[in-house]
This record gives sequence, structure tokens and C-alpha cells, in this order.
Amino acid sequence: MNLDFNEDQEILRSSAKNFLEKECPKDLVREIEESKEGYSPEIWNKMIELGWTGIAFPEDYGGYGGDFMNLIVLMEEMGRNIIPSPFFSTVVLSGLTILEGGTEEQKKEYLEKIAVGEIIMSLALYEPNGSYNASGITVSATPKDDGYVINGTKMFVNDANIADYLLVVARTEDSDNPEEGVTIFLVEAKASGITCNKVPTMGLDNSCEVIFDNVSIPKANILGEAGKAWEVIQKSSEKAIMAKCAEMVGGAQASLDMTNAYAKERVQYKQPIGKFQVIQHYLADMMIKVGTSRNILYEVSWMVGQNIPCAMKVSAAKSWINEAYKFITERGVQIHGGIGTTRECDIGLYYRRAKTAELILGDTGHHLENIAQEIGL
Amino acid sequence: MDFSFTPEQEKLKKEFEEFFITEMKKAPPTYETGGLEAMFGSDVGWEFHLYMARELGKKGWLAMAWPEKYGGKDASVIDQVIFSEVRGYYGGPGVDIFGIGIVAPTLLVAASEKQREKFLPPIAKGELMYCQGWSEPNAGSDLASLSTTAVKDEDDYIINGQKIWTSGAHRADWMFILVRTNLEEKRSKGLTYLLLDMKAPGITVRPIEAMDGLHMFNEVFFDDVRVPIANRIGEENKGWEVTRQSMNFERSSIGIFSENQKTIEDLVRFVKETKRDGKPLAENQVIRNKLAELAAETEVGRAMAYNIAWMQEKGGLFLAASAASAAKVFGTELAQRLVYVGADILGQYSQVKESKWAPFHGKFETNYQNCMGLNIAGGTSEIQRNLVAWIGLGLPR
Repeated sequence: MNLDFNEDQEILRSSAKNFLEKECPKDLVREIEESKEGYSPEIWNKMIELGWTGIAFPEDYGGYGGDFMNLIVLMEEMGRNIIPSPFFSTVVLSGLTILEGGTEEQKKEYLEKIAVGEIIMSLALYEPNGSYNASGITVSATPKDDGYVINGTKMFVNDANIADYLLVVARTEDSDNPEEGVTIFLVEAKASGITCNKVPTMGLDNSCEVIFDNVSIPKANILGEAGKAWEVIQKSSEKAIMAKCAEMVGGAQASLDMTNAYAKERVQYKQPIGKFQVIQHYLADMMIKVGTSRNILYEVSWMVGQNIPCAMKVSAAKSWINEAYKFITERGVQIHGGIGTTRECDIGLYYRRAKTAELILGDTGHHLENIAQEIGL
Repeated sequence: MDFSFTPEQEKLKKEFEEFFITEMKKAPPTYETGGLEAMFGSDVGWEFHLYMARELGKKGWLAMAWPEKYGGKDASVIDQVIFSEVRGYYGGPGVDIFGIGIVAPTLLVAASEKQREKFLPPIAKGELMYCQGWSEPNAGSDLASLSTTAVKDEDDYIINGQKIWTSGAHRADWMFILVRTNLEEKRSKGLTYLLLDMKAPGITVRPIEAMDGLHMFNEVFFDDVRVPIANRIGEENKGWEVTRQSMNFERSSIGIFSENQKTIEDLVRFVKETKRDGKPLAENQVIRNKLAELAAETEVGRAMAYNIAWMQEKGGLFLAASAASAAKVFGTELAQRLVYVGADILGQYSQVKESKWAPFHGKFETNYQNCMGLNIAGGTSEIQRNLVAWIGLGLPR
């Protein structure tokens, strides 16, 4: 057992931290999230130059080796210092799905393009029905001539508005088992028949509705094998969930740190409010939740990276971190008092993100039901 | 980063498991309810604890963390945690939480060579059981204000005063006690750490009955009790410092989490087998959610415990102290929630004591009453949160 990160990972952490602090102050975050594009091409290009977009892939596909814990370190720092960017959509959701389910040619072509920063991608998974399960996949892909025609609507597709390609999860076959007959298509985001509208969300995180109206796709654009995509989604989701968890833990730590600092400097009744036991106990609970979140994050991420089966633990981590991050930011606002409720105060940025992060790749209720099934209920 | 055990540790874990599976078949039914109550609460429970202690002593597992020089195996903190995890899962007694958990680690750091040679071997063999003479009627969380006195008289100290909440004092052979030797000094500076024989004249042990009728706690009265100066650990008036030195033994609270895991497994089996209103309880969405939540929290706790072990292994005692407080409060509050959920699942049967009507031998009836004690004994949850705030977050005292 060795629960320390290696030296390279420590260097990655500190360089990422320095870069994000310098390049992405909170006023800029507020500005970016209100913009139409919802990201800063300038910062994104710098992230590409730093090689971040290749961090999750093996060298054969243009990456830097792909030790999964490197991605965890980077995501944690991107959560600590919020950076509105298409990184998660492109590298994590799309890249890891292609890595899991793509053919050799597809992996070579698309992962390399992602790694060098040539394309922005997103995964179009959820639908208006709001389900996280296979039964929620109703967008249809019907065979026609030498390809397929896609019809239907995808929801909450982050960064679809700025994407070059979408991975569209569609139903190619109706089956008694909803996990069968699901196929992923590589689709040009600007293809004719596609309409993309931004959905105004709490996280101001480029969440989009994407409508497919008779969109023709050649057969060659099927990712991997037709009809077998749900397994791919489940497998790559485990990694994506842990990456999202890392981002959440980083955000939770930042929320604790800024609230702790505020409690030490804010004076009422002639003493810092951090001297009041009530505030100390709120902060202690916040610290316990950050610590436990990080402990389960690292353990389960390591297992996922080692391909050790751990579906129950993945759901344990996401459900715990969902609730922990919300708790920490909620107490964070409370301890900040009135100022904490304003757009000007940074804690609110994290409070909003804690809620939207919960909804990505399974909310707490979804993961608790997964756990119930995994423990034999 | 690597979360796996070494092949030696995997082998060790298997040995521990085989031992507890075999030996726990001999346990009296009181052990179905778990906890220290099973040990202290009945003669058969105590007899079994003594039996297990001697068996563990023979295996060398009681002293496994000690240096080889004192009969130990120099086991890593991780090895100790693996042992505690397995023991917690099977609910095995035999480890004197006071002798093994506190006295021995203290002696190893703060005692003289002569004292170590005298006091350590009987602890390692599982032959001598200790109790803890710390809390007093007017010194609970504020332990440093304690007022039981020890006055020097030739080769002895003469002790007068009273201790309370002394778990197992009615069964223990020896006590480690904090006494005030400097009467001018009201706080921690005037305290001294002594070991004393519970058979010494002048000691009276009076039981405190818990709300469920169980006898674990006691009051202990000292009326001119003589303790040889040779039994003083560390210097006079330095007892507080002595108590702070025993932190490099595992403090991960792992046992709580593995015990929880076992309880969750039992409850899963129960809800699958039990029908109410024509449907298995396992199909009830509220029950599914609650058990899933507890299972998740138990996984979280386990990860937390191994992280503490790792910090201790590396010698990061300062941070580990805050983390150990965090684990204690997280672990005991989780254990309490688990008891309440178990009781909710059992419904009307949660109230039934050990009898033909009682599921799990009345475990949830008993634990519903004694789980509160977990959040109070060994530093209340409030004190633990203070420590996290002061040590972990640097907030002003």
C-alpha cells in the first residue's frame, strides 16, 4: 500500500494550480459563464499547449500515457479553481467513450485530434424524459440506404453549442432489454438537420438541447459495434464519474478553504466568528466531508484505473460526494452570511456548481438504487 | 499510488479470518449484540473475552505492533488495521482496548525499561486486563480539571477521590489512572500517570446501571489507596504529556466500519427474507435507499480509516490526530444511524429483548439504547469537532 501521489503527479498538481489561479480569476469565470460561447478560447488554447487534452489517452493515440490518476489530479485542480471549459465534455465524456468503444481507426483519428486540441466534442446521452438508465434512450436511428437517419431530442448536452462533433447515443433496435440495441454515432455537430439551443441552467455551464430532424449518418460513423453501446457507456461512465467526483472534491476543498479564511477574518461581537463553537462545528463537519470525499475518491479512482470491478464503490463515491459537496457549499454560504448569497461572492459559484455536478452522470437517488442492487437488494 | 495489500498482508488477512470464523463459533449469544457490552455485561461474556485474549496472545497478535524486543512483531500500522478490520467484522473480543490500546503504547514510549519488563508481558499474553481511571464526576470533557489526589508518603502515593464511567472496573485487574499531584496547579500541569492494582485496599467499585439494565460502567472510590512510586509512568506532574504520547498506534476506527458492514449484510438478508403486507421488505424503496446510503457511508469510512493508517505509517501524527477525531465522530455517528435504520426496518420487533420473538437476539433493542454512548465515551462528538476545528482548521480556541 502506498497512498501518496508520485512526484510527477505532484508537479502536475502544482503547475495546474498555478496556471489556473493566474489565468482564471473568479471575475473572469463570471464573465465567461455569461458569454454566448461559455468558454474562453484563449485559455482553452493554453490548456491544449500544456498538453492537458492528451492526459487521458495512451501514447498510441496521441496521448501521454493515460495513467488515470493523472486525470484525477488535473480534474481536482480544475474543480478547485473553477474553469469553464469544454475539457470534461471533450476529453472525459467523449474521449474516454471513444477509447472504450471505438475501433482502432476511430481511436487513432479522433483521440489524436482531441489530444492536439483540434476538436471539441460532447456526448449526447440524456433525453427530455430525464432518465439516467438505458430505458431513457429513445432517440431513434433508423437504417436507410447505406446509413442511418437520426430523429429525436437530446438534453443537457454540455458544450454542444461549441462542439465540432457529437457522440450521439441512439436506439437502433427495440428490444425487451433496454440495454440492447443502443448504438453510438459520431456526428458532425453542424450537420444538416441538427438544431442546438442553450438551456438556461443554474450552472451556466453550456447545457444544450440538441434536436435531430432526419439527420443522415453513414454506417462508418458508428462507434465500435452497433447495438452494443450501453456496455461501453457504462464502462466509460465509471471513469467519467470518478473524474467528475475529482472536480467536485476540488471544489469542495476550495469552498472549505475560503469559508475557513472568512470565519477567521470576519469579526462580530469583537471576535472572529470562527471562534464561536457553532461556526467551528459547521466547519469541522465540512472538513470531515471534504476529507472523506477525497479518501473515497482516491481509492475508487485507483480501482477504476486498475480495471478492478467496483460498480458499488463507484456509486458509493458519487452519491457520497454529491451530498458532501452540496452540504459544504450550503454551510459555506451560511457562514458567509448575507454576502454569501450574492453573485459577487465566490462561494455562490461553488454552491451552484455543486448542484449541477450532482446531476451529471447520476444524481444521488440514481446511485443509491445502483448500490441497493449491488448489495443484493 | 497503490491501494492493494502485499501478498504477505493478504495471507495475514486470511489467517485472521480463519481464526475468527473458527473461534467465534464458541461465542455465547451475548456476542450477537456486539460492542463492549457483550464483554463486560455478563460473566459468560467476560469468560469468553478472557479465553479469546489468551488465544490471541498465543498467536502473538495482541502485541503485533510492538517492537520485537518486547515480544512484538514490529507490524506496520496497515497490518494492525487489517487485524482490527477482520476482528470488527466478526465481532471478536479478546483485545483489551485499554491494556493493548492505551497502556502498552504509552509504556513503550514513556515508561522505564524496568517498568516495561514488568508490565508489558502480561498484556501481550492476554493475562491482565486494564480499566481507565480518567473521568470524574466534575471532570468529563474537561478532563484536565480532575481532582482525585495523590500525595507522596515514603515509597508510595496515597490516592483519595473518585473516578466515574469506568468501563469494566468490576472485572479489570489493573487500572491506569490520572491523579492530581500538584494541588496548586488546577489544570493539566499538576497531573501524574500511575498504574494500580484493583485489589489494593481502599478501592470500592460501585456499578452504574445503563438504561437497558446492563452493567458496563462503574464508579470507583479511592480511600487512602497506596500505589508504589515505582508504578508512576513518566515524571511527576507530567502525566498529561504521557497521555499524549501513545498516538502512534492505529487510531483508524476501522473496526466500526467493518462491524457496520457485517450488520448491513445481515439486514440485507433479513429484508429479503421478511415479507410485510405480502411483499418482501427488500422491495420497499425507502428501505432500499436507507441501506444503500449506509453501505455507501461504510465504504467511505473504510477509505477514511486506511488513509489515517497511511498517515500514521508515515509518521504524520499531527494531521493524523485531527483525522482520528474526524474518524471517531464520523464512525460513531454512522454506527448510530445504522442502529436507527435497523430498528426502523424491524418495526414493531425493534423493541423486543433477547427472546424467541427477537430478531438478531435483540441486537437492535440493546443497541438502540447503548449506541448513544459511542458518541460520548472516549471524547464526545462535540469535543472531536472542536479538535478538528482547532487542529485541522487552525480556528481560534
